[in-house]
Amino acid sequence: MLHALANPTRFLKIARPLTPILLWLGVALFAVGAWGGLMRTPPDYLQGETVRIMYIHVPTAWLGMGGWSGIAISSIVFLVWRHPLASVAARAIAVPGAVFAALCLVTGSIWGRPTWGTWWQWDGRLTSMLLLFFVYLAYIALARADHDRGGDGRIPAIFGIAGTVLLPIIRYSVTWWNTLHQGQSIGLTGSTIDSAILWPLFWTLAGASLFFAGVVLMRMRALVAAQRVEARLRRLAV
Amino acid sequence: MTHWGFVAAAYGVTLTAAAVLALASWRAMVTAERAVEDLRR
Repeated sequence: MLHALANPTRFLKIARPLTPILLWLGVALFAVGAWGGLMRTPPDYLQGETVRIMYIHVPTAWLGMGGWSGIAISSIVFLVWRHPLASVAARAIAVPGAVFAALCLVTGSIWGRPTWGTWWQWDGRLTSMLLLFFVYLAYIALARADHDRGGDGRIPAIFGIAGTVLLPIIRYSVTWWNTLHQGQSIGLTGSTIDSAILWPLFWTLAGASLFFAGVVLMRMRALVAAQRVEARLRRLAV
Repeated sequence: MTHWGFVAAAYGVTLTAAAVLALASWRAMVTAERAVEDLRR
């Protein structure tokens, strides 16, 4: 399937109808989750109304980290099978991933002020997430420079794989170090959050994920089109 | 600021950034795909 999708023409045939479906379904699911989180759930007995920030903070954190996983997988596919679409996918994920990592930091800071009494703390979870945001910026600059200089995309791909070292650090930072950030509250075996508060989170998580995928598809289509324009102009110049 | 003020700020920043990201990506896609069509003609 991966090899079949690596053909840009076949990819565009699938991506064109899929883009609006992902975007609008994502918006709809997120709207249901936000409505549930703002209107249909009780306030937390300790945090009060501010617990409602969870419904956007957790999806942004999930996609900030998930975006980098996507860059790493695309980079491996590019280096192993040399699929040019994998390199396009990695570049297309970088900006939305950086935006969601930044939103995770901003919404976390807004949540931290009334909950912890501070906007920022240099602890393991917050600092490692900030590092991921900077690594995204470095990847964007590196991929752009590599493309402008006619590089073959190998250096950004290696950087994309090397950056994954941050993901387990972010994931386990609340276990390894003493931190203001709460420990893991949602796992494969269950959750420590009451179901009366938890349910809208799955809607906002699903909605934000589909929206993210829709944005990535739009950016991939833009990059594929730009490559076609460059190729055609080169042919015309000869 | 009240608790609802913090909630409104968090949702406002997130929704604005998501809308700007989607619009910028859509505009880049439409411009690039139109350039391909223009070159084809």
